[in-house]
Amino acid sequence: MNPKLTRRRFIKGVIASGAVATSTTIWYSANGQSRPAGAVERMIRININGQMRNVDVAPQETLASTLRYKLGLTGTKLGCNRGECGACTVLVDDVPSYACSVLTHSVKNMRIESVEGLESANGDLHPVQQAFVDELSPQCGYCTPGQVMSAVGLLRSNPNPTREEARQGMAGNICRCGSYDSYLNGVMRAAQIG
Amino acid sequence: MAYMHIGKDFVPPDVPGKVTGRIKYAEDYTRDGMVYARLLTSPVPHGRVVAIDASEALAMEGVFGILTADDVYPDGEPDSPGLKVLTNEPTLMGEPILAVAAIDEKTAENAIAAISLTIERLPFVLDPLDSLQEGGANAYNGGNTFIFRQGFAEEKWTADQVASFRSGNEPTAEALQSWEYGDLQAGFAASDFVYETTFSTAGYPHMSMEPRSAMAYWENGKCFLHGTSQSLSAIAEPMAAIVGVPLEDFVFINEATGGGFGQRARAGSIPSMAIPAKLSLKINRPVMMRVTREEEFTIGGARQGLQGWIKVGFKSDGTMAAMDMYCISDNGGKGGGGDANSAAAGVSALYQTEAMRFRNTSIGTNTGHRGAQRGPGENQIMAVVAPIMDKAAEELGLDRLEIRKLNAAQNGDVSGPRSTPFTSAYMPEALEQGAAQFDWEGKKGRSRQTNGSKVRGLGIGQGYHNAGRSGMDGIVRLMPSGRLQVHNGIGNLGTYSYASTSRAAAEVLKMDWENCDVVGGRTDRHLPITSPQDGSNSIFTNTRTCFGAAQDLLTKMKEIAAMDLGGETADYEIDGSRIFQIADSTVGMTYGEVAQRGIELGGKYSGESDLPEELNTLTILSVSRLAGSALMGVYHDPRHNNNPPGFTVTFTEIELDKETGKFEILDLVTIAECGTVVHPQGLANQLRGGAVWGIGLSALERHLYDPQNGLPASTGYWQSKIPTYLDTPAEIGTGWVDLPDPENPVGARGIGEPAMGAVSAALNAAISDALGGHLFDTSPVTTDMIINHIAGVSEDSKPLAQNNFRG
Repeated sequence: MNPKLTRRRFIKGVIASGAVATSTTIWYSANGQSRPAGAVERMIRININGQMRNVDVAPQETLASTLRYKLGLTGTKLGCNRGECGACTVLVDDVPSYACSVLTHSVKNMRIESVEGLESANGDLHPVQQAFVDELSPQCGYCTPGQVMSAVGLLRSNPNPTREEARQGMAGNICRCGSYDSYLNGVMRAAQIG
Repeated sequence: MAYMHIGKDFVPPDVPGKVTGRIKYAEDYTRDGMVYARLLTSPVPHGRVVAIDASEALAMEGVFGILTADDVYPDGEPDSPGLKVLTNEPTLMGEPILAVAAIDEKTAENAIAAISLTIERLPFVLDPLDSLQEGGANAYNGGNTFIFRQGFAEEKWTADQVASFRSGNEPTAEALQSWEYGDLQAGFAASDFVYETTFSTAGYPHMSMEPRSAMAYWENGKCFLHGTSQSLSAIAEPMAAIVGVPLEDFVFINEATGGGFGQRARAGSIPSMAIPAKLSLKINRPVMMRVTREEEFTIGGARQGLQGWIKVGFKSDGTMAAMDMYCISDNGGKGGGGDANSAAAGVSALYQTEAMRFRNTSIGTNTGHRGAQRGPGENQIMAVVAPIMDKAAEELGLDRLEIRKLNAAQNGDVSGPRSTPFTSAYMPEALEQGAAQFDWEGKKGRSRQTNGSKVRGLGIGQGYHNAGRSGMDGIVRLMPSGRLQVHNGIGNLGTYSYASTSRAAAEVLKMDWENCDVVGGRTDRHLPITSPQDGSNSIFTNTRTCFGAAQDLLTKMKEIAAMDLGGETADYEIDGSRIFQIADSTVGMTYGEVAQRGIELGGKYSGESDLPEELNTLTILSVSRLAGSALMGVYHDPRHNNNPPGFTVTFTEIELDKETGKFEILDLVTIAECGTVVHPQGLANQLRGGAVWGIGLSALERHLYDPQNGLPASTGYWQSKIPTYLDTPAEIGTGWVDLPDPENPVGARGIGEPAMGAVSAALNAAISDALGGHLFDTSPVTTDMIINHIAGVSEDSKPLAQNNFRG
């Protein structure tokens, strides 16, 4: 066993770095054994909402799983888990992306933004969030974090969209409640106040 | 009437949580030691489990236990077609048979792969008419239909009878259900235009955004269940019974629900939530059961499809003199519903049909769990009838708006087989308002105008749903801090009625909304019984209970003031923070002081005695747990009189491309007639959302099955063709009549369901208009159908087909 790495020291290190690790990784590390041949590096650092987080990620793990079940960022929703609904939309280097269809390992050198990262440090809502409140854009709310992230991504690339451009830009997000019109009202309001 | 809160917009308290992602749905919770359940589901559309060998799975590392139907139903499964928690007699492909709990989902899935399931494959059927025909397969083990209080039965027609119906003729077999009013024969005899057709409307899945995931754990004999519902308090008692725990030991937690649309209204439509609860009890660990999109499709519900025949007679002045309707309702593999009956009653209400006959036979198929879906029945039939209204107008030389005004429901009218009076009705006003907002007079001349391959179509649609219940309870508490706590058990589906109806209590007590709290989200916050948030009833039903509870509180406040400060109760008035003598406003008490006195006095003032006699069991339990904590208002709402309707009107203009079969909605305006408006933004959202659903019903949504193996082919959003941003107009016009209803203390009625039906009706009318008055007998009207019609090509699927590419 590596004398410099005790189980206690490893866990303390993980906690200090803000990571959540699975028992498997702890077992490999704490017992000083190398991971099975052919396995990829599981403990990676990813930039989530401006913070570097250490997290143990299985090779086939999606970004949505990592965010929700490893990092506790449950604002990212799984509506279909098959790239159809957009409820899991996050920004990857400013680009709206379906987190259910992105492998976490593929974005480890990129900036990930989820809905939890939008509020300012003093608690003020992002202009898109505020506009969605003002327009009462959400109904059941399950798709809302994805709608928010798509709107933020849209407005970063096109700060003053026409309503039709906004409609096209938001088209990857399904709202079963049918609140599309109210979301578009929110996007246009956010463009005005943003 | 001038209100402080009614008719005013506000920010419902859960909205910030929705835009920040902080609000938690069932799947967002976790618990120390939590393990994960996965389901083994039926690989066949109809079968019988012969044997389950889970020995290898249970020996796997990280596997904690298994739950089967034998565990859930040790005395045998209920003899009914409804959804079971788990079953050994699946009638749906994908129906849950057993659940395995393991350290993680992957381990649970590996364990399920190691289970040996022996299942006997039984005949299956996908189309009710195929089952109805002699020799056709039955969807259930006991037959192909279920008769209330009688049980399973087999209903068969001759091959000629089925073929005749499919060919467009009136069914000749006796129906299992029927009602009639007026003189039907005389009505048709007096008619100058009679239109007769068969029709089929598609059933399709609810597809709520949140799959019905659930997590449960037990502590000190209590079961804590994180789930999803359309009403916490209506679900609580029946769900506790399914789990098998006394109501007082059951805590249901449901801060937010990611869509319901009818299929999360009752415990019987979401019994799967009991799986983690029962597994947790068995293995003594918290259990999370995530439900996939495919599983949600199977057990998450679907609208009933209808195969029907309809005959409508109009007098020369346009009056709808008679209607004869015969339906075969697709009950699917589980449950069923009353869509056909609601359809007939809805037509009667909307068009004031002078004489009517309704006949229906419900037949099971091995397709989806059918049940109530937004405007069940009414919305399908309005889309069938609206183009017939236009056909009648054209034949009789009437304006399309005028024929609707002539038949419109208004104050004093009655509807349905029991001639139930409306509480109030202002459909003519809604039609006039919609016509003005849409500019019907200015636009109607554009009907059937062409521009190259494109042609304009205009349509008027109307919607209806019975929109109010009563007999529920209310609890409000005035705290020593001076704050008002409104206990409300409605589900949080996104209509925001859990909050907007609570404002009726603030209205009574003249309190600023900032000083009020809505208490809900989990049953151990002690909620009164409410009706499920379905049937467009919440606004009507729960403003009554919240208003009544606040009135009870106000009476007690005045009694305490008179007791402590002298005079009679009539001598006192309130201003939102104080109760004071009208003659001398300096003599009074703050709300906090009167609340404290209520606690000190105890008895009826703090909920310890003198409760209304008819309180529901759950309300009694809640009040007993709150007793002594505040000055309490407790109320049981008596039954209201008559039928509170929700009416809608939609005007639309489309441009249909005859080369592609696609159409674009150029303008769409929907008007609500739902009494006094309680929450304008919420109402506008319901109208817009209903419009999107109406577009889906008319043109897109479908329920597809592989006819050879019974495999569902539309388990996802894409294949189901849920409307997207690009299928809907960029702007949807809304408006409301805003006239009070006398059976509600703030004048309000509901609207959520007819918001869909009017739009679907208007679109079907507009498509028909664009195609020169052609009526399709099938809904949705797909681009293929339009192109085939224009090309003069007949459809290649069976007439009236259900659950395939046509339907």
